[in-house]
Formats: sequence, structure tokens, C-alpha cells
Amino acid sequence: MNMMSEAAVEKALDQKMNDVSYKMVGKDVSVYYGEKRALFDVNLNVRENTVTALIGPSGCGKSTFLRCLNRMNDTIESCRVTGRITLDTDDIYDPSIDVVELRARVGMVFQKPNPFPKSIYENIAYGPRIHGLARNKADMDQIVEASLQRAGLWNEAKDRLQESGTGLSGGQQQRLCIARAIAVSPEVILMDEPCSALDPIATAKVEELIHELRSNYTIVIVTHSMQQAARVSQRTAMFHLGQLVEENDTDKMFTNPDDQRTQDYIMGRFG
Amino acid sequence: MSQVITPSAAPAAALGRPRRDIGIKRRYAAERRFRAYGIAAILFGLVFLFILLWSVVSKGYTAFQQTMITVPIEFSEQLIDPKNERASNPQKLLTANYPVLARNAVAKVLGVAETDRTAMRDVGLMLSDSVRSQLRDLVVADPSIIGKTQPVRLLASGDLDSAFKGQINLSVSENNRKISDRQVGWMNQLSEKGVLAKHFNTGIFFNGASSRPEAAGVGVALIGSFYMMLIVLVLALPIGVAASIYLEEFAPKNRFTDLIEVNINNLAAVPSIVYGLLGLAVFINFMGLPRSASLIGGLVLTLMTLPTIIIATRAALKAVPPSIRAAALGLGASKMQTIFHHVLPLAMPGILTGTIIGLAHALGETAPLLLIGMVAFVANYPTTPLDPSTALPVQIYMWANEAERAFVERTSGAIIILLLFLIVMNVGAILLRRRFERRW
Amino acid sequence: MLLLTTAVIAILGYLAGTRRALALSGGRSSTMHSRPGYYGSFVAVWTALPALLVLAAWLIISPAVINNVVRSDFPAEALAQSSATQSLNFGMIEGIARGLNALSPDETAQAERNPGDLRALMGGRGVAIAGDPEPYMVKAAIDLNRMRMLNSWGSTVGVLIVAVLGALISYRLIAPRFRARNRVEHVILGSLILASSIAILTTVGIVASMLTEATQFFHAIPAWEFFFGTVWDPRFAAAGSGGSEGQFGLVPLLLGTLYIGFVAMLFAVPVGLFSAIYMAEYASPRLRSVVKPLLEVLAGIPTIVYGFFALTTVGPFLRDISAQIAGLTTGNYTSFIQAQSVLTAGFVMGIMLIPYVSSLSDDIITAVPRAMRDGSLGLGATRSETVKRVILPAALPGIVGAILMTASRAIGETMIVVLAAGVAARMQINPFEPMTTVTVKIVNQLTGDLEFTSPQTLVAFALGITLFAITLCLNIYALYIVRKYREQYE
Repeated sequence: MNMMSEAAVEKALDQKMNDVSYKMVGKDVSVYYGEKRALFDVNLNVRENTVTALIGPSGCGKSTFLRCLNRMNDTIESCRVTGRITLDTDDIYDPSIDVVELRARVGMVFQKPNPFPKSIYENIAYGPRIHGLARNKADMDQIVEASLQRAGLWNEAKDRLQESGTGLSGGQQQRLCIARAIAVSPEVILMDEPCSALDPIATAKVEELIHELRSNYTIVIVTHSMQQAARVSQRTAMFHLGQLVEENDTDKMFTNPDDQRTQDYIMGRFG
Repeated sequence: MSQVITPSAAPAAALGRPRRDIGIKRRYAAERRFRAYGIAAILFGLVFLFILLWSVVSKGYTAFQQTMITVPIEFSEQLIDPKNERASNPQKLLTANYPVLARNAVAKVLGVAETDRTAMRDVGLMLSDSVRSQLRDLVVADPSIIGKTQPVRLLASGDLDSAFKGQINLSVSENNRKISDRQVGWMNQLSEKGVLAKHFNTGIFFNGASSRPEAAGVGVALIGSFYMMLIVLVLALPIGVAASIYLEEFAPKNRFTDLIEVNINNLAAVPSIVYGLLGLAVFINFMGLPRSASLIGGLVLTLMTLPTIIIATRAALKAVPPSIRAAALGLGASKMQTIFHHVLPLAMPGILTGTIIGLAHALGETAPLLLIGMVAFVANYPTTPLDPSTALPVQIYMWANEAERAFVERTSGAIIILLLFLIVMNVGAILLRRRFERRW
Repeated sequence: MLLLTTAVIAILGYLAGTRRALALSGGRSSTMHSRPGYYGSFVAVWTALPALLVLAAWLIISPAVINNVVRSDFPAEALAQSSATQSLNFGMIEGIARGLNALSPDETAQAERNPGDLRALMGGRGVAIAGDPEPYMVKAAIDLNRMRMLNSWGSTVGVLIVAVLGALISYRLIAPRFRARNRVEHVILGSLILASSIAILTTVGIVASMLTEATQFFHAIPAWEFFFGTVWDPRFAAAGSGGSEGQFGLVPLLLGTLYIGFVAMLFAVPVGLFSAIYMAEYASPRLRSVVKPLLEVLAGIPTIVYGFFALTTVGPFLRDISAQIAGLTTGNYTSFIQAQSVLTAGFVMGIMLIPYVSSLSDDIITAVPRAMRDGSLGLGATRSETVKRVILPAALPGIVGAILMTASRAIGETMIVVLAAGVAARMQINPFEPMTTVTVKIVNQLTGDLEFTSPQTLVAFALGITLFAITLCLNIYALYIVRKYREQYE
């Protein structure tokens, strides 16, 4: 990674931001768990090739919103989602949209690293294999290598591709999970507190990785740590009690938020 | 690093880029197939459960009705005691030819001449052999009945019973079935007159073993099973609870307790017939206890049920949260007091549920009982657990081995009784669990 | 009676102990170490426990002592006889002794003088004796009775003395600083340990009893002939026909067992596994709460019922349908499936085993962490892909364990095969023909009259120990796998 290319990327992104293009648009999104309402008419747009951080105190609905974006909430029996969420121009809750296809386009990384109890290679190859993305072995090898490269895990893992993914350290496991998500070449990557189970050094590596991925992917990250949100994201959305309090540029959010509650939260008055 | 960008991982920069083909259709077909396998598997299980129950019930419900012939019987002195010597020789009343009384009575209703010997024999075959003891008991109980005429309800023979219930295919040639056309004619005649009818069959619940299907019942087997369940309950529950308390609350975690743990889990999966061999070798051959006694059956079933009860009890004890123990210990109770005053009462519903389920298993167990000689023809009620006896499932086994058609009906009837007991026990266990279920 | 008296003394001891403790405390219970009830229990325990121990020891030792004394009075020629004859003689003495109790003193005296009259005398009282007794037998019988009488008196008195002594000593021990509760609790703990050792004792009992009997069998029949013999033909254990020893080949029985078990697993594993998967991954909680117990009903039905079902419904059905099929294809309406066959037994056993496979696998599958599922679904896998490629591989060790446990059930199953598999010990591969199993032969050899010396009876124990060994290996291995599997996800 050299400074030049990073600067170039920043610049390109800045240009893009001027004519804002939204990758995902959420309109009046509400979520119910049985009788309990967890989200109240959230309107939140996710910009393309941007890292959007969702922050807020525990139980504020940020993870719930994240899980709406690739319909992971479908796996919870009692969960009901209303409102409208689009990916590009497609309504993702439209019956004509297939959830499998949606999740292939909107990948997800979870709070706890959850590598499959398979080899590192098979972990990465899993997604491309089920989606039939590789025509042959050489193709697959290339996808695996590229994904591990992008996740910054190649150098550590190239000699032990056939070893079990569960044998890696926590930070490596999480990067493996990110590599696994990348291998499907999604358009959006959702990250649900990806560093909460990691030590500071591993966290730093993952943050660095997120930073690099931004040029190619739209990333939405839920985080508990405001420092992390400040470090990795360009846009930040603050949730409180199931409502979207404020959504703004990260810089502005952490220096001069519009909403008093954001101010309080950032100052550590609650949460 | 970041320069390595492969085509497949290219950024999705442009909107509306072409959709990748990820084989959605094919994959959803596979998904549906997979689901269908699951549903088919469940249906397979349920259908066979239904067929099993249906086949038993459809064969067995008729066993609870019995064809009876009610005729006025003339207790003719001439036939019972022609020389009037019953006062001097009490044997006389026991050995009199009672079946002839019944046969004559039926023949009279049918209008068959007593001189027609073959016809009379056929009439006799329509009645169960048990009429002998039935009439004898009547006369012995009240000798003054002799000389009078009194209506008596007699058991029809097993073959007639089957025919009347429509279980015999009458289109088969007469020589190939056990009941002749003439008898069928008489049967219909008697039925029209209201003499022959089906009544609720109390005999199946109270009678002992009999080689005559129409007179056989599970009475002795019920008593035997009852004794065994009592022994299992009295022995297995306290021992099982005591063992679980030790293992769960006191035992140090070492190799020995680990061994006990593995051992108990293994014992729960040892084939039941092995327990039968154990009982045979230890209780009968070594200790010299009597064969066929329900005591031994009870002991064997106790050993067999013990692991189940221990496993259930340990689970129930484990479910009691440690905070309760801590609270009691903190008040100065000894460990023993804590367990007996606080933990055990809270675990009791779980323990009882496990015990009932263990008992239900023991009630249906057959194989070990065969080995300790409970396959016995026992016609008399056992009075103590040391008397020869049999058990409900063993009775079913013995009847299942009988060739006669009417025994199939009896067997199914006995199975229905057994299943009813099991249902009652299991429903009891479920209710107990529902009633006392606690969420910590 | 004796037990009742001991119990009464113990209760009295309890009351007295409690009273004394109350008196000592003078109404303020805090001066005592333990609550009064514990002092009472302490006395009761000290009354009953030693007394019961003495009684148990007495009961175990005294018969041997009496036997020895009686035998020592035998004339020399009686002692010179073979041990079998001696035990026969002793049995006769027992019979006489029992008979003597029915006689009046006069008659007893007459019998002592004139042993020849004994049989007639006893016959008159309804006591039958096997043969004419020899003179020494009558004397021995009278001795036996006398000693038994003495013995029962002795034991009664002895036990009661011990009980009273125990009560008095423990009563004297009661004092304010005396730690009655701890003592009582030690006794309780001891009994708890005793109870848990019963589980061990059962296993020891199984192994020891079967090994003893099986060793006796292997004295008559060499072990290799049993384990590798291919012919099973035990003949009948007719008394006295010692010459006609049958052949005891285990192989055909073992093959039959494994074959039927295999057929059963062929039905049970796919059905059980797919039901478990559907239940764990697809079914709504409501469906699950209905279907799961219903399937488990299959496990609650006694195996004898399955056996009857196989015998009267499945067997005849398969036979008739095979006749129809044969008729439609070849025109010859003879059934090629016999009513008692490997298929019948295996199929019905398979139905019985479905709930074992399904509930064990259900537990295993639901133990796979939710994160695994989410990881796969989050990548866009369908449910079935997740199950096939992530969950099943992850759960595989546990499922193998579940299948092994089920296999051990199949091998040890008795009633279904007794009624539905047939009794012919044959080695063949046609599933439509009957075969027999180890368990069937154990039942066959042990129902009816038993002679604990003939190989025909003892072979059942050799079969039993084989069965036990096989299922033990399967169970322990399965338990080990499942345990390791669970630890992995805890």
C-alpha cells in the first residue's frame, strides 16, 4: 500500500460523492419481533463505495436494520419487516427478488468469526461453489487466492490452505470470513460488529482491511466503538430506541452533530 | 496488495450491471426436492405409526365384546346327581357332566332332538368348554339350585364367537373352516331369538390363562405386572435418586466417577435381554429364588430402569440453578440440608417424569421376562410376589404364538390394554411436566 | 417380624433421643450443636444399622455352617460319593426335614426308629419324598431341623441385643457439644455412595455371571468351535443323553443379527435423518411440537407390539404382495417373500428405530451453532445447501455416534426378531428368506426346562456375553464420539 494510490482513491471517491449515488435506499423501514416493534420507520440511504457506520447504544436497532439489508431477518421465525428497501433499483422485499440472489449480492460478516469447520480453501470456495462462479479448478484457485489477497490473509494462509479454518487465530478467522464474503464478489458487504470479539491488534488489521475494501465495495458496518466508526467510515448513522436519530458525514457527526442525542451519546452521557 | 484485482472480483461500479447467473432455478428445484424428502420421511414414520395402531385396534376392539348365549338351564337332578349321593360324596358335584346341561338347554331352544347324536355334538361345540366350570361353580355355591331352572349366560365357543363377529370367511368350503353351515344357521336362529348376543367382555380383564381363547384373560398378567411395577417403583426410585444425588452433588470429578458416568450411560443402552440373563444367573441360579416369580421380574426390571431414572434425575438436579444452593448454604445450612430441603423438592417434577417414563418402558419390556421363566401358563391369581405369575407383555407374546384365529383378537385386545396403560402413564408424565415446568 | 421389632426399637430410640436432646437443651435449642431430630435420628441409625448388619452376616454365614455340621455327621460311605450324588442326597435331607415339620412328635420318634416307615407317614400328610431314605438321612434331617430352630432363635436374640445395645450406647453419647448432624449426614452420604455403586455392581454382575456360565460352556465346547463354527445345531438337552452334543457355531447367528440390523438401518437411517433435518431446519415450532412427540410415540411402543405387527400384518402382507408380483410377472402365483423373513423383521425394526435416529440426530443438528447457519445463509446459500454442505459435515461425527447407538439397539433387539425373523440358523443372502439372530437363540435356549449343566443351556450365556461385548463396544465408541462432538461446540 503506498500513499500515492491511497490518495488517488480518496480523490476519486470525493469526486463521486459530489454526485451522490445511493447503493441501497431504505424507506420507512419498520421491524417487528412478534408483537414487539424493534425499528420505527427508518429512512436511511447507503452511498455507493462508501463505508457507512451504524452506531448507537445496545438494543437500538442498528443490527436489526443491518440484517434487513440482506434479509437475514427472514431466518428468525417471528420477525416481520415493513417499508421498502431497494438495492440499486430492485425492491429487495419484492416477491420477484430471490433472497439467495440478494445475499449473493449483499454479503455479510458476523460479530463472532464463524468459519465453517472445513479447510481454509474450502471456506473461501464455499460461496463460489454454491453459486457456480468457477468454471474449473484453476478458476476456483484464482478466486481463493484473490479473495485471500484482498483480505490480507494470503501471506499468512498460503502455506496452510488445506488446514482447518477453525485453527486460525480470532483475527485471522474474521479476515477469513471477510475473504469468504468477498469470494462471492458481492456489491455490498454488511459487517455486524466485526471486531467486537477481537483483540486490538487484530482489530487494527481488520479496520485497515475495511479501509482498503471501500474502493471496490459498498460497506455498512455496525459498531459499538465510536472511535472505530470515526476511523473507518465516511458516513455515520446514529440509532436510538429503534429510531434513526441522525445520519451525516462522519467528520461532522463527531465534531458537530445536528442532534442533541448524538452529541450526548458521543460525549458518553448514555449508551 | 490492492492491485490484485481479478475480473470476477471487479468492483460493481456501474449501476445495472448484468446479473450473474447463479443457477437460481436449478438450486430451488434442489431445495424443493430436499424439503420433499424431509416431508416424505416424516410422513413415512407417521403413516406407519397410524397403520400399526390401526391394525392393532381394528383386530382387537372386538375382543372387548364376547358372544354369549343366554338360555334357561335346567339343573336336572338326573344328570347332576342321579343317585342323590351328594351329601355323602362331595366329589359328585365336582365331577358331574355339566356341559350336557348347557348343551341340552341350547338344543331345546333350537328344537334339536336330543336323540340326534351328531346334531347334539355340533350344538355342544358351539359352547365354550368353560361352561363346565361356570355351571359347576354355580351348583357348588348353591346346591339347592338342583332341580330348578334358571337362565344362565354362557360363553360361546371361540369359533362361534369369531363367526358371529364376521371374522370367518363363510364363502370358503365348509370342510376348510371350523364352523359348519348348520352351526351358522343355528347361530343366526339364536341371534334372531335374542338368545345369542354380544356383551361387554369382562373376562379379558379378570380371567387367567386358558387354552380356550374365549375364556382367556389378562387378569393374572395384570397382577404380575402390577407387582413388578410396584417393586420397580419402590426400589428404583429411591436408589436412583440417591445415586444421582451423590453423582451430581457430592462426587468428586475423578476417573472413578467418570467411569460410573460412562457405565451408567452404557447400561442404559445394554440390550434388555442381557438383563434377563443376569437375572437368570444371579437371582435364580445363584440365589435360588423361585422361577416365574414377579419378584425376580421386578428386580430385573429395576436394574434395567435404574440407569434411565438416574439419567433423568441428574438432568433434573442439574436444572436447579446454583443460586438456590448458594442461598441455602449462605444461610448456614449443611450441604445435605441444602439438597434435601431445597434442591430435591425443586427437581422432583423432573425426577417423577423420568421415573414414569422409565416405568412405562419397564411395563412394556418382554425379553428379559422370557428368560426368567415368566412364560408360564398361570391360571390362578398370584397372591404374593413370590408366586408364579406372568406379565402383560409376556401374555401378549404367548398369545401371539397361539395358532387359533380367536387368539389374534385376544392378543390385539391385550395390546390395546397395554397401550392404554402406557398412554395413561405418558400423559401423566406430560401433564406433570407441564404443570410444574419452571423457567429459571 | 424381626425386622419389625428392630424398626420399633429404632423408632423408640428416635423418640428417646429427641426427648433427651430437648431436655438437655432446656428449651433453648441454640445450646445444642444440632437440632433435636438429628439426635433422635442418630440413635435410630445406631439401633438399626448394626442390627441389620449382624442379621445380614448371620443369614449369609449360618446356612454354610449348618450344612457343614450336618455333613460332618454323614457316614463315611456317604461322604465317599461323588459331589453330584452328595448334593442330591442333601436335597433329599432337606425334603425330609421339611416333611418332618408336618409330623407329630410321636410320628417323628417312630420315623427315627424306623426310617422305612417315613415315606408312608409323610405320604399320609401329603408330603412326597423322592425315594426311600437311608437311616442316616433321617437323623441328619432331624439334626437339621433342630439346628435351624436354634439358629433362628439365636439370630433373633442376637439381633435384638445388638439393636438395644446400639440404642443405649448412642443414647448415652448425646450431649450438647455432640455433633449428631454430622454423624447422621455421614451415614446418609454412605448410603448415597452405596446406591451409586449399584450401577457399577450391575455391570460387574453382568460380566461376572455371564463369564462364569460361559466359561463352563467353553469347558464343554472349545471356544474356537463356538466363535468360528458355521453350523448351529444344538440338539435338545434331553436329560441323560449326554452323548449327543450339538454344534454351536456362532457365525450364522451373528450374520443373521448383522443382516437384519443392516436392513433395519437401511430403513431407519434415511427416514430418521431426513425427519430430523426437516424438524430442525424447516418445520415451524407448531409443526415441530406436534410431529416430534408423535414420532417419539414410535419409540414408546413396546417391542412386543412391533413383533405382533410384523407377525400378523407386515409378514402376511409382504408374502401376499410378493405372490401378486410373481403372478403378474411370471404367471406363477407363488410368493417369493416368506412371512417370516429378514425383510419383515428388518423393516419393522427399522420403523421402531426411526425415532431413535431422528431424535438423536435432531439434538445433534440443533447443537450446531446458529453462527454456522448464518454464515452460510449470509453468503446466499439456500437452506438445503446450508444443510448439505455446512451443517451435516459439521454434525457428522455426532450423527455417526447416533447411528452407532441405534445400531446397538438393532443388534440387541429381541421381540421383533423372535416373532418375525424365524428360527432357522442359516447362512444365506436372500433378504426374503428367514434367518435367525443371537437374541432369538438366547430366548430359544432358555425357555422351557433348564439344566444349568448342559451346554444347550449354557450356550445362551456365551451368546449373551458376545452380544454384551458387541453392544458395549458400539455404545462406548458412540458415547465417546458424541461427547467429543458436544465439547467442540460448548
